[in-house]
Amino acid sequence: MTSDTSKPGAAQPTTMLQRARGSDVWWSFTHSKSAMIAATVLAVLILTAVFAPLIAPQNPYDAAQLDMWKAELPPVWQEGGEWPYLLGTDTQGRDMLSAILYGTRISIVIGLASVALSLLIGMTAGLVAGFFGGMIENVLMRIGDITLSMPTILIAILVSTVVRQLLPSELREIGASAVLILAISLSAWVQYARTVRAQTIVERNKEYVQAARLLKVPARRILAYHILPNTLTPVLVAATLNFGMAILTEATLSFLGIGMPPGQPSLGTLIRIGNQFLFSGSWWIVLFPVIQLCLLVVVVNILGDWLRDVLNPKLR
Amino acid sequence: MTAMTVQKTPALSVDRLVKSFDVSAPWLNRVVERKPRQYLQAVSDISFEVPLGGCLSLVGESGCGKSTVARLVTGLYRANSGEMRFALGADGKPLSAQMIFQDPYASLNPRWRVKNIIAEPLRELKLRNSAAEINERVVELLKTVGLSASDGDKFPHEFSGGQRQRISIARALASEPRFLVCDEPTSALDVSVQAQVLNLMRRLQDEFGLTYLFISHDMSVVRHMSDRIAVMYLGRIVEEGDTEDLFAKPRHPYTQLLLETIPNVKHPHRDRIVAGGEVPSPLKPPSGCPFHPRCPIATARCSAELPPIRTLAGGTRVACHLVAE
Ligand SMILES: Nc1ncnc2c1ncn2[C@@H]1O[C@H](COP(=O)(O)OP(=O)(O)O)[C@@H](O)[C@H]1O
Ligand code: SF4
Ligand SMILES: [Mg+2]
Repeated sequence: MTSDTSKPGAAQPTTMLQRARGSDVWWSFTHSKSAMIAATVLAVLILTAVFAPLIAPQNPYDAAQLDMWKAELPPVWQEGGEWPYLLGTDTQGRDMLSAILYGTRISIVIGLASVALSLLIGMTAGLVAGFFGGMIENVLMRIGDITLSMPTILIAILVSTVVRQLLPSELREIGASAVLILAISLSAWVQYARTVRAQTIVERNKEYVQAARLLKVPARRILAYHILPNTLTPVLVAATLNFGMAILTEATLSFLGIGMPPGQPSLGTLIRIGNQFLFSGSWWIVLFPVIQLCLLVVVVNILGDWLRDVLNPKLR
Repeated sequence: MTAMTVQKTPALSVDRLVKSFDVSAPWLNRVVERKPRQYLQAVSDISFEVPLGGCLSLVGESGCGKSTVARLVTGLYRANSGEMRFALGADGKPLSAQMIFQDPYASLNPRWRVKNIIAEPLRELKLRNSAAEINERVVELLKTVGLSASDGDKFPHEFSGGQRQRISIARALASEPRFLVCDEPTSALDVSVQAQVLNLMRRLQDEFGLTYLFISHDMSVVRHMSDRIAVMYLGRIVEEGDTEDLFAKPRHPYTQLLLETIPNVKHPHRDRIVAGGEVPSPLKPPSGCPFHPRCPIATARCSAELPPIRTLAGGTRVACHLVAE
């Protein structure tokens, strides 16, 4: 009586989670050209941003390194271009390539931090609403409905305007990134809350959770050890796609002048500054930051879409 | 089966248990469509006793309220009314019930290794302290249910349904229970595997002196396992008696129907329940005796008056107007 003789098919991985584990994701990654290219580009973008201080010809924040005589130089391959200003300079003599690398760094950091904060808010709300139900579920999900009834960017503008007004003026410059992160997170948490709540309700009613309840495992531990890990797959997909969204929201806010200040420009700030010179002929001041932003968001979205297809067999 | 070890004091006595679910439409729909709140009575006025060290089985068609009783007994649901009393264990506290579930796929967390699944009760109830002790106990439990020590490192999806049910049993045993509620533990398994798991459960009952509340829709499985059988219909017990009595002399027309329709050598392919039409919806139970729309011998009285459950001379209890003493 050591083993059963029932069908071996029962041992095949069948659920989404089991598909996600092991080599399936890797296999599908190595068989998807677009995913591999996107991942390579993203890796290059992230590495060059992270190591910007080592790679960039100039520290664009250090006014002492700026040379007014080198202002508004075109890219090197153009008439009048000069080394080491590969992509030209802006009106203050700031090297565009350096500004873009540092700007990408800010955009990525703010994007990641906003995704992390909105994950924290959204997943907590979703777990609590789905597991406990009742009044608290109603309150949380109605707040979510109201949030979703307004455009993301409008909420972000509202939050950042209000918080900036509340901050003392000397803190505005320093706190700009924190305000942005808060604004973007408060506009983006609902999607996670809904996904996690739906999954929590499914898991809560599964028998393994009831078995844990019979052992009087406290709700906090059931949520952390049993339910949370089983909600992570759909959340991972949403978070990847939202990372692209968060970078865009940040860029939009900065473009509108309520994001990162010119002293620590993100890609959005660079585009806003460059926008003023578009018609004066210095197109490089705006075009290169725009290309970098598009590239970043496109590769993130390609990876997010690929991940969604791999982890959700229903879509195929 | 274990008639000699069965004692007089019940491990659990259940008295007039009632459980209804609120199945009303959402508030807005009720207002718009002018519908009242709606309740589904899944368990109506149920009383029974489970003999200490014995096995009482609940049988009945799907939807008759068996799982609801199981969840009430284990405390996953709270009863609307009625009482449950567990006997006191050696520690002076009431026995607590553990449960083995029907679905071997949903009852194990797919992301946990088997050894952690089985160790969860040990850790939560602080039955073992050091990692080494926990590990040792897990291996012991795996062997008790017929698995090997190396199976502890695998994930649930690497096992067949029958092996998963063994893992569930090991997890239940880890909490050192005296009382086990088994909700159709084999109905999702192949017939050949069913017998192996049932035999394991009987062996464990003898070995650890367990008391079972066993649930099934399958009369032949129940016969194999139980000392006493309670037949349920639409949330009520219609007949309850010793296994041999019930099979030898079924009193209630519904019990007779269930026994007639067991697939057997003469009729190997017949469905379990064929005669007498559909089970009525528990949302609108029939008046009088809930079985009267399907009962071959129903009279006018049956549709008017609910038959009370009576105890007959041999100790069998029956709820039917037409069963004589
Ligand atoms: N949580 C619940 N909410 C609403 N109705 C339920 C719930 N659980 C069970 N029911 C209903 O109660 C009745 C009895 O169900 P159940 O106890 O699962 O029956 P069985 O286990 O005998 O198949 C069924 O009609 C079922 O639809
Ligand atoms: S009470 Fe009437 S309807 Fe109900 S089982 Fe007995 S004879 Fe049939
Ligand atoms: Mg059931």
